[in-house]
Amino acid sequence: MRTYILRRVAQSALTLLGVSVLVFVILRVLPGDPARMLLPDGAPETAVAELNRQLGLREPLIVQYGLFLRSVAHGDFGQSFQYRAPALRVVLERLPATVQLTAAAMLVTIAAGVSLGIVTAVLRGTRYDVAGTILAVLGQSLPNFWLGIMLILLFGVALRWLPTSGFASWTSLVLPAVTLAAFPTALVARLTRSSMLEILNRDYVRTGRAKGLTEPSVVLRHALRNAAIPVLTVIGLQIGSLLGGAVITESVFAWPGMGKLIVDAIFFRDFPVVQTVLILSATVFVAINLLVDLLYTVIDPRIRYS
Amino acid sequence: MRSGGEAGALRRWRRRYPTIAIGGILLGLVVFASVLAPALTSYDPVKPSFSQRLAPPWGLGGTRAHLLGTDNLGRDILARLLHGGRISLALALTAVAIAGVVGVVVGLAASWGGGATDAVIMRVADVQLAFPVIMLAIAIVAVVGTNPVTLVGVLALSGWVLYARTIRAHVLTIRDLDYIDAAAMLGASDLRIILRHVLPNTVAPILVIGSSQFATMVLLESGLSFLGMGIQAPLPSWGSMLAEGRDYLSNAWWLATAPGLVIALVVLGANLLGDGLRDLLDPTLRNAEG
Repeated sequence: MRTYILRRVAQSALTLLGVSVLVFVILRVLPGDPARMLLPDGAPETAVAELNRQLGLREPLIVQYGLFLRSVAHGDFGQSFQYRAPALRVVLERLPATVQLTAAAMLVTIAAGVSLGIVTAVLRGTRYDVAGTILAVLGQSLPNFWLGIMLILLFGVALRWLPTSGFASWTSLVLPAVTLAAFPTALVARLTRSSMLEILNRDYVRTGRAKGLTEPSVVLRHALRNAAIPVLTVIGLQIGSLLGGAVITESVFAWPGMGKLIVDAIFFRDFPVVQTVLILSATVFVAINLLVDLLYTVIDPRIRYS
Repeated sequence: MRSGGEAGALRRWRRRYPTIAIGGILLGLVVFASVLAPALTSYDPVKPSFSQRLAPPWGLGGTRAHLLGTDNLGRDILARLLHGGRISLALALTAVAIAGVVGVVVGLAASWGGGATDAVIMRVADVQLAFPVIMLAIAIVAVVGTNPVTLVGVLALSGWVLYARTIRAHVLTIRDLDYIDAAAMLGASDLRIILRHVLPNTVAPILVIGSSQFATMVLLESGLSFLGMGIQAPLPSWGSMLAEGRDYLSNAWWLATAPGLVIALVVLGANLLGDGLRDLLDPTLRNAEG
């Protein structure tokens, strides 16, 4: 058990090291002249030369990478030239909005996805099952930027029920959260359905029914608990794709989070901010994956790692 | 399990046939219409025609001349959808093919090579999966520039891991089977065993992944174009048409509606096809279905 935890932690650290290599390659090796890219347009030649020296761009690549890693480890991601502040601070200021949006979307995903999955599994073969399955397939096929715009058109422009953009009150959270949740909800619903169908055939479920338990008790207390494990893993992994989905959803709804920040930063060619968002979101993803794997052992005592 | 043998296979095919057929027809329709775009419409998808600005679709106040109406520059929306489809679908198809070839080769190398090769390849896959695909894509596009080659490269980059992992897992389960041992004992080279005995057995998962990944690629490409980092104006693309239509939601809703519907049709078609194929070809998933 202990060696398993240690191994997973070491593996995650190695992945993060790889993340830094990839970001380094994209932002320092791919462009011809990174110093010019990392400075605002029209920066004086002396500033370019100074940054060249500072980043060690005349040094061999491996030395450059070392310098890059050292500054990242010290939390120094460079200065955002769009905001004239440290890039890390700029990104961290936007983090709460993204956390709020992804958390709301996650709640919708769990509530709607799991219930839809249970209902379609229990009512298998009925028209409710068919309707629910169609809904889930649609949820996986509608592009979220289009869904967002259609929701704006319906609830914002036509019915005028909900605000269409920005970050004013909790009502502004509804449309972006639903938009972002559509895809993972569909995924969780389908997975819950197939996982429940498998469990509902098991002997202990039949035993539960035979000894006279009520149907809700059989489904919720006996079947759902056992069907939950694969669903939980997928829900954990969805946090990563929610971060990705937030890039587009935040742009559609002008939601002031990290996703909109990176899109704006790219148009301003504010690469210090781009590299910060990349590293931060990859770190969050790796940390969540590690957590999910470790939680596994707590949730399901049958799993033993050597 | 009662199924098994030819009767089981037939029953599965009957049950899955509708999904595969509907998916194939949806996808086929859009592909076919896009390929035949020049024959189906005589409008120029790029040239503005200001006297025709923002004409509504036929049946909703518009004329039959522009079935789906026109956009803010007076260009026929149907023509732009059809011509845009040629670009989007070609990009997605190329990307799926490249991702498939790279992923399969890498997956084979990992599972057959084993040891250090395997460990390195799987760690690289972990690193790539740590980034939200779209963030990695926009960062690369921003640095390298928006051109079709970069786009295909970025899309393919996002796809190889899934093939590699699946093929690796698949090969690990078949490499110790008797017929592989037998081939090796008869003196077949590794390359021959892989090409003649291993690869043919991985066709099913490759088809299934390819089909559903085509949907992902179309979504990703139109998402990038929507953000202004994919196909560049004046070339038509579903994603950028949607983005342009966003400014006209209150007075010309059809601008944003039509391209989204087409994207949804393609993605739905490819997803259904992928689901149907998976149920038909992948025995491990059959039990779960009713």
